[in-house]
Amino acid sequence: MNAAQSTAASRSFWLGFALLAGLILLVFPVLLDSFRLNLVGRYLTYAFVAVGLVLCWGYGGILSLGQGVFFGLGGYCLAMFLKLESSTPEATAIQSTPGIPDFMDWNQITALPWFWEPFNYLPVALIAVLVVPAVFAYVIGVAMFKRRVSGVYFAIITQAIAAIMTILIIGQQGYTGGINGITDLRTLLGWDIRSESAKTILYFVNAVLLLGALVLARWILTSKLGRILVAMRGKEDRVRFSGYSVANFKIFIFCVAAAMSGVGGAMFTLQFGFMSPSFVGIVPSIEMVIFAAVGGRLSILGAVYGALIVNWAKSALSEAFPELWLFAMGALFIAVVMAFPNGLAGLYSVYVAPIFPRIRAWAQRTRGMAPSATSASAPPLAEPEVSNAR
Amino acid sequence: MPADNKFVLSIEGLTVSFDGFKAVNDLSLYVDENEIRVIIGPNGAGKTTVLDLICGRTKADAGSIVFKDKELTKMKENQIVQAGVGRFFQNPSVYEELTVYENLELSYPRGRSVFGALFFRPDAELVERVEEVAETIFLADHLYDVAGELSHGQKQWLEIGMLLVQDPALMMLDEPVAGMSVTERRQTAELLHRIIQDRSVIVVEHDMNFVADIAHRVTVMHQGSVLSEGSMQHVQSDPRVKEVYLGH
Repeated sequence: MNAAQSTAASRSFWLGFALLAGLILLVFPVLLDSFRLNLVGRYLTYAFVAVGLVLCWGYGGILSLGQGVFFGLGGYCLAMFLKLESSTPEATAIQSTPGIPDFMDWNQITALPWFWEPFNYLPVALIAVLVVPAVFAYVIGVAMFKRRVSGVYFAIITQAIAAIMTILIIGQQGYTGGINGITDLRTLLGWDIRSESAKTILYFVNAVLLLGALVLARWILTSKLGRILVAMRGKEDRVRFSGYSVANFKIFIFCVAAAMSGVGGAMFTLQFGFMSPSFVGIVPSIEMVIFAAVGGRLSILGAVYGALIVNWAKSALSEAFPELWLFAMGALFIAVVMAFPNGLAGLYSVYVAPIFPRIRAWAQRTRGMAPSATSASAPPLAEPEVSNAR
Repeated sequence: MPADNKFVLSIEGLTVSFDGFKAVNDLSLYVDENEIRVIIGPNGAGKTTVLDLICGRTKADAGSIVFKDKELTKMKENQIVQAGVGRFFQNPSVYEELTVYENLELSYPRGRSVFGALFFRPDAELVERVEEVAETIFLADHLYDVAGELSHGQKQWLEIGMLLVQDPALMMLDEPVAGMSVTERRQTAELLHRIIQDRSVIVVEHDMNFVADIAHRVTVMHQGSVLSEGSMQHVQSDPRVKEVYLGH
């Protein structure tokens, strides 16, 4: 890309970014009632995962079918802190062991397990939201990418990890809250997160964090690292002979995607007051890939729209025909893969984006009819511009 | 045997087998500083395998490859590249989705770690170097074209350019003029003459005119081992070489 093209691409990204920011910060809060706004807030937590998938799948070529694990880990880290906050000895006086979370008491656990102790502190929990998913991704990444496991094998392994994680959480009821998850979360440092006003504030916190994640993703993709990812996706072997460690770059982008998912999970916990294994398993993980695929796996903005649209369709459809959703989702995925592999963003750039220059040219022609008719040099000047635009 | 440190590259007792077939068998080879060495031999003699072994794509079963006091057989591909070994591939393998400029930029030997790449910002030196190389490889007018849209010959030149930006101390070229038209072949030969100055080069090539033109010394391989070694005349007059290769 030369300087002119790259400024044009950059301008169109920031324009799209501004539109999206306007939509989620202004249009939705103004137009939607608090119930619907809360739903959008939920979709936007999934958008973190979808943006992460654009980075690691769309650009890095790493298809992970286990992103729900990282969403869940982030969510659980914050849920553990919130649960401990609401499990004061006074609030849990009726338990046989007061001062520990209620589900532990039900499972005959009499002392707080050691790995819960650090989650008494909010800063620890907040750091853990980023670090725990990233470290887990790092371990998976080192184990897989250093051994050059890739493609479909990697996808299957991440799916297995999602299944194992669900079984582990459900099986270890006393430590994790089991199938119900960690529920009944009420306050954050004494601030009631269930109130109407708190929900609105949390919606905006979520939206701003998501925009921050988009800026970060954009910054990564426009760095040299972004170009190395593109090179790697096409010719992994060749990148090694340009002197780069392919495994390290894969591990890095996989960790970034995991940390983003973790933030999404934590924002989910805050907005809905619970976290459960139903977000960790295979089905939610695959749904998250579909959000990214529908939005366009090469577009970080597209991924947000993908998360919004697919989830909106899911709520609409499952309100009317609950049993049809899984079929519709399958059909949607097949349609995306077969008919529009670059998702909505791809459709936009092929069918919608070319309209704007045409409109501009048409406007110029109608407005400047007289000058362009007198100036014979106008057409040759316009020509190189068209050929450069590809 | 002369002391090791005199050579840029010393290969000793190198052996590798694929499913019991010894592709390279107890091979020893020494390359001097600024020497241009050409490896020839019939198909299946193990020429490309030797290059694969040097650049780490294939792991040796036995033997050692020492490049500037570093044992390459224990290193990863990217570490070998960072040590100063560059490889030109038989089939052009440029990054098709990136532009010519970006292809060259990625080959520039800086910001090769993850965080190095993340915080890497192109400076004047890089831009100058990329433009200079693009000029050398006849692609100055195509800097911002996507590499996938270049012709076969242009891709080959870009591949050479990527190697040039990398500036390796040891350059390995695997059939650099194969599959080119006559004009492209002449231009490429000229280009190669320029870029192989001031470094050690190992070339695998079938084109005998090209070999005679550039080689300082020639190594003839046969069935995974060195059959003959020396000047072009020496090799050409060796009766064993005539028997297995040139006599065909």
